[in-house]
Amino acid sequence: MAAVSPLLQTRGLSRSFGGLRAVDSVDFSLDAGEIRAIIGPNGAGKTTFVSLVCGRIAPSAGTILFEGVDVTRLPAHQRVKRGIAYTFQITSIFANLSVFDNVALAAQRRLIDHAERGGSRFSPADLRRGVAEALERVGLADRAEQAAGKLAYGHQRLLEVAMGLALEPRLLILDEPTQGLSDAEIDGFIALVRDIARSATVLLIEHNMPVVMALADRITVMNNGAVLAEGTPAEIRADSAVQHAYLGTPDDD
Amino acid sequence: MAGRATTRALLLHLAVLAALVVLYWLLPDYHRGVLARVLVLAVFAAGYNIVFGYAGLLSLGHAMFFAAGIYGAGLPVYHLDWGVGAAFATGVGAGALLALVVGMLALRTTGVAFMIVTMMFSQVFYLTTLYFTQWTRGEEGLVLPQAARRLALPGLEIDLSDPASRYFIAVALFSVVLMASFAIVRAPFGRVLVAIRENEERVRMLGYDVFSNKLAAMVISGAFCAAAGAAYAVLFGYIGSTFATIQYSILPLLWVLLGGAGTVLGPLLGTVFMFYVVDITSGYTSAYLLIVGVALIVLVLFFPKGVLGTIRERWLRWLP
Amino acid sequence: MSFGPHLLLATLEGLVTAAVLALTALGLSLVFGVMRVVNVAHGEFFMLGAVLAWFFSTLVTGSPATGFLLALVLSPLVVGLVALVCERTVLRRLNYDPEATIVATIGMLYIIQQLALTFYGPEARPVQAPFSLRIALPWFGYSGYKLAVIAASIGLILATWLVLTRTRIGLIMRATQFDRETAQNFGIPVDKVYAAVFALGAMLAAVAAVLIVPIQQAHYLMGLDPLLLSFIVVIIGGLGSLRGTVVAAVLIGLSDGIISVFFSPTLAKMIATLLVALVLVFRPQGLFGQAAR
Repeated sequence: MAAVSPLLQTRGLSRSFGGLRAVDSVDFSLDAGEIRAIIGPNGAGKTTFVSLVCGRIAPSAGTILFEGVDVTRLPAHQRVKRGIAYTFQITSIFANLSVFDNVALAAQRRLIDHAERGGSRFSPADLRRGVAEALERVGLADRAEQAAGKLAYGHQRLLEVAMGLALEPRLLILDEPTQGLSDAEIDGFIALVRDIARSATVLLIEHNMPVVMALADRITVMNNGAVLAEGTPAEIRADSAVQHAYLGTPDDD
Repeated sequence: MAGRATTRALLLHLAVLAALVVLYWLLPDYHRGVLARVLVLAVFAAGYNIVFGYAGLLSLGHAMFFAAGIYGAGLPVYHLDWGVGAAFATGVGAGALLALVVGMLALRTTGVAFMIVTMMFSQVFYLTTLYFTQWTRGEEGLVLPQAARRLALPGLEIDLSDPASRYFIAVALFSVVLMASFAIVRAPFGRVLVAIRENEERVRMLGYDVFSNKLAAMVISGAFCAAAGAAYAVLFGYIGSTFATIQYSILPLLWVLLGGAGTVLGPLLGTVFMFYVVDITSGYTSAYLLIVGVALIVLVLFFPKGVLGTIRERWLRWLP
Repeated sequence: MSFGPHLLLATLEGLVTAAVLALTALGLSLVFGVMRVVNVAHGEFFMLGAVLAWFFSTLVTGSPATGFLLALVLSPLVVGLVALVCERTVLRRLNYDPEATIVATIGMLYIIQQLALTFYGPEARPVQAPFSLRIALPWFGYSGYKLAVIAASIGLILATWLVLTRTRIGLIMRATQFDRETAQNFGIPVDKVYAAVFALGAMLAAVAAVLIVPIQQAHYLMGLDPLLLSFIVVIIGGLGSLRGTVVAAVLIGLSDGIISVFFSPTLAKMIATLLVALVLVFRPQGLFGQAAR
């Protein structure tokens, strides 16, 4: 692995639905260790863009490189194995399973991969440890036996993140993680993402500007399926095109 | 936490198996015979449960796997004078292979299309048994000679038509399948199957190849159902096309729904219950199909989780 | 008989099969198209139509035409009523969940079959054709009634097509089929539309059955074949497509008639079923349908 190449790179990445170009030849580059936020008005193509990256939908054109390897044609589950984890915008935990089982599904994936690469087979104790660690980090350790669907909404979002963490990804994609959270929960969340960023690169779609400004090393602004601007929070704040397209509009969500 | 629940569940299952052994000395002859048959059919239901109860795939074609076991074991015994052991293995292999092929095709579809496709493949299997009537005797079927139904072990020969050996072989087969189901459900693989049932897309985004996992479930399920079929052929000595009809695809669905889809002991409970309901009511009425029909509708309307599913939801959350 | 006339005879027989099949499959297709419900009991509504036709035709003495006409009117009505009851008491309560309704309609299949066996018995019974005209062709005589069945079926299919495409009721049904939620928001009584469609689907099967009983006797197990053939037709034609359903019915009816003249019927059925299953696997939108929205 060449240390100089970025963790994630897209070239001319496009996707049309019918006649609409939801993502329009996006060139994007993300370095390892960064926290990157993608912002933009509703319908700008942010979710479509990260869905292309993680493989939930196939691109119409363009390429995706992850750690310098072309993953454009890889099915989603193989990209996850390579270290791209995606947490859903709409909470989609397994409501009928226990919190433990939800996280165990993610943790066992990593343990199985480790065994397949020639590591030792894992025991139920290894799995329990992996799950406990992930739950500990998001602060749900005492709720392992509860049914996931019975958790409060904010806790469900945290469980979603715990599932992403248990995969021990290189790139964690968070799609509007703070949506619907209370202010106190958001503060806790900011601390959590900073903690995650010590071991993984974070790509964050976020509407809440204070969260973005607090967390992001760099910000990419999307509009109409294309990249409008990119830079540090300070640069983005000063960019007049961005202000016109996005920040200028009243913050209604 | 998780460990203690496993121990408790394991003890419960072992207790059920022990009870089945003890029942032999408590039951009158007639019920020993019934129970032996029910246990073999419960293996069929347990196989169906892997696909329907755990992976959430509604198949209407599992008769073909049961019948693949029946013919895979029965035909070599009848026509080629094979030993029972080799014939049984062939039956199980035939079912697993058929499940692999059918799975690779049918699993490309989902939902309603999957149901219709499995039903049609099963219908093709049924028609095949009719078409090769010179070998199978179609609906009329074949009766395996008693002399052929002997299991030769080193230093021991077991007559499979003897009620006692029949009973204990049925218990043994059921025990193997029950404990295998238990192990599968508790294993990471079982957790993935349940997750696929709940939300396929999410499972994919956790790095699992959903298709391969479903296919593995199909093959295991096919092997279990075929084991039931093969055992049925050598224990009860009759093979016929009836076992490949649509009705034999619907019966395991009914048994599993009744006992509780996605519970390890549900298939046994459902099969025993349904068998005895039909057995008892047949004293008063011949309207056997009416009972099946009413049971299906009542279950799906009022108890979609079945007996054990409801118990698990209300009281025993640790039940696998 | 030489090959030409033989083929003509096979074609005529195939057209009769196709005519009845098209009506039956149309009912199944309508229910699936609008309600997204796979009605496994559809074949039993067909059987019930035939058995009731026998019952009504025995009520009157005198000209066979009177009995037949009575059956043609009453039998579909009763079947429609039975279907309506099933829909209101079971399917609606299941909220039309696809898998639950399949299990429930399997239950209905068994109940209807058992009731027919109990009250009608295991015998096969004929219904006399309303008229016994034989049309003399140069090579063989052919039943005028069978030709009338083809004509009646064409008429009924055209009528259904006109209702669906030219009337307000049809518009309401298509709107419901297209998008249940939106239809509801536009004030369409989706609930009533579902009840009506389910009854109508069953009535089409019943009409087809009344038409066929003078040719093929009424029997309590006669529902399975029409069910499987209707599935085949609906799949080949594209689920929920009216034109596809009719085209596929003619195709299947004709090939069934012609193939069974030359091959073993079991082998023909085997190959046909296998091919249809493969169509569903590799071309789920049917041979004539459009790709899914």
